[in-house]
Amino acid sequence: MSGGVESAVFAGLMGAMLLLGIGAARWRRPRDIHSLEEWGVGGRAFGNWTTWFLLGGSMYSAYTFVAVPALTYGVGAMGFFAIPFATITTPLSFIFTTRAWSVAHRHGFVTPGEFTAARFGSRGLGAAVALTGIAATMPYIAVQLSALQAVLQTVGLAGEWPLLAAVTVVALCTFRSGLRAPALLSIAKDVLLGWVVVAALLIVAMNGGWGESFKRAGAHFAATPNPSDGLLLGGSAGQSAYLTLVIGSALSIFVYPHALTTMLAAKDRSTVQRNAAALPIYCLVLGLMAMLGFFALSQGVLPVGRDLNTVMPQLFHGLFPPWSSGIALAAFGIAALIPAAVMSIAAANAFTRSIYRAYLRPAATPAEEARVSRWTSLVVKIGAVGCILLLDPAFSVDLQLIGGVIILQTIPAGFIGLLTNWFHRLALIAGLVAGLAAGVVMLYRIPQAGPGGTIAKAHFGGSITTIGGWPVYVGIVALLVNLAVAVAGTLLLRAARVRRGRDQTRPDDYDADADDPMVKRLENLLDGLPTSPAGVHAVHRHPR
Amino acid sequence: MAPPARRRRRSGYWLLAVPTIAPLLTPLYDRATPMLWGVPFFYWYQMACVLLAMLILATVHLRNRRREFDR
Repeated sequence: MSGGVESAVFAGLMGAMLLLGIGAARWRRPRDIHSLEEWGVGGRAFGNWTTWFLLGGSMYSAYTFVAVPALTYGVGAMGFFAIPFATITTPLSFIFTTRAWSVAHRHGFVTPGEFTAARFGSRGLGAAVALTGIAATMPYIAVQLSALQAVLQTVGLAGEWPLLAAVTVVALCTFRSGLRAPALLSIAKDVLLGWVVVAALLIVAMNGGWGESFKRAGAHFAATPNPSDGLLLGGSAGQSAYLTLVIGSALSIFVYPHALTTMLAAKDRSTVQRNAAALPIYCLVLGLMAMLGFFALSQGVLPVGRDLNTVMPQLFHGLFPPWSSGIALAAFGIAALIPAAVMSIAAANAFTRSIYRAYLRPAATPAEEARVSRWTSLVVKIGAVGCILLLDPAFSVDLQLIGGVIILQTIPAGFIGLLTNWFHRLALIAGLVAGLAAGVVMLYRIPQAGPGGTIAKAHFGGSITTIGGWPVYVGIVALLVNLAVAVAGTLLLRAARVRRGRDQTRPDDYDADADDPMVKRLENLLDGLPTSPAGVHAVHRHPR
Repeated sequence: MAPPARRRRRSGYWLLAVPTIAPLLTPLYDRATPMLWGVPFFYWYQMACVLLAMLILATVHLRNRRREFDR
């Protein structure tokens, strides 16, 4: 009976949300949605609130809310790395994202690949960055969907059709409304998430409070044979792994295509900065969820099978009244679909701008670009569902691990490139390839330790490797390899006087705000499309 | 050619170093005491860093907004 109430609340809320998503196309309806700027970055006109909700919805995804508590539940302090990582991204984005916003507005970029191509005068580099971004994003979407599947299973909707149904509806919303659909859904999701936070605090308070949870969790970790778990990192080895994981994850936020897509939808620089200041509210929620991992441990919540990602759904399922856990699970379900939508849009834009337009159809009209992106986003989502249904679920987690390491390899071009064009385009490509190779090889060689010193898994067992006795995050090591190659390569190519790419951006592009005449001109043209046959950007780059 | 963008005078940006560095002092905060409401120092310190980040970012943002209006 109680299961009936829970699934009814869950299904009702999910249904209402998806109807909202379909209606999103009518919200702040532009005069013409048939351009990539309208479809792909919401017409670049989202204000403070919309941007904030959308960023919260796409950065703090179901995977984070499910996987972070699963980590603290499983290993303790190490799982808390997500909180300092999210904290340091905010002062960094205050400076770097505003620069990215300005240059993207002046030149009409919607993806990191386009920026690097223009900055270093190399469409090959742009394509390489775009492909790396797509390769890193696909498994990210897959793990979001597997989080959704864990939620569906907890509600009792087993089998494949509920997942397929949910993804189909979201794919339709996105196809029709572009970035507007996830933006509207994010607002609705946060109302539910607010309830989850209140309910979680109440439940913890009624069951002995945080002190009791930490005491019991500490006793649990002390009793396990694993030396690396516990309520603290326990010495310099744990601290070095923690610190490199924090730095690596924070940097990766600046080059994931979906992160940029969301920020570019903001209407001016102030919106970007205000969002950086207000976004940590989500981080507090995440910290709370992470500590719920200890609460789950102290309450003896057990995962379904050996999948720790089911701990959070199980906690709500077991300890909340059925109607309330229905709300919580619907919040998680929607929280999985929003980033899936945003990420598929970002991956599709990367394909359209850096590969389709750069190589296949340089004269593509804005309407054609929007059409290509729509269909590509559909293909990306179908691909992600295929990954979930056809591959071993553990394999999608492996891919996600690799994705986090490989996206970091676009840091020299996409992030350092915001500050300087010193690097040579060929050296950046060589560095990218070296970093990718080093990263994947290191990950391949990490075994997973099973209980009692056995090896549970020979390869891709984690993302921490040991260098000179210090455990460090693979992504950072690979990035250092990448940077070493890029710096050495640049010096060599300069010495050999190999022609460098022409930087198409100018220093003042990085400070332009919405009141800048160039930016204005761009927006007017975009709103009044398709009067100009090839779009303003094509005119920009291919003078005829 | 486009006219050059207005140069914005930046003030107080050095303050941003504080919330960037504070969460990176892992060896200093990797300890259980002093506890706050039964929560070990490791956890509440990092949560406090989040609040600090919000405070400082809001301060820097407002300061630079006001300067723009002044001119």
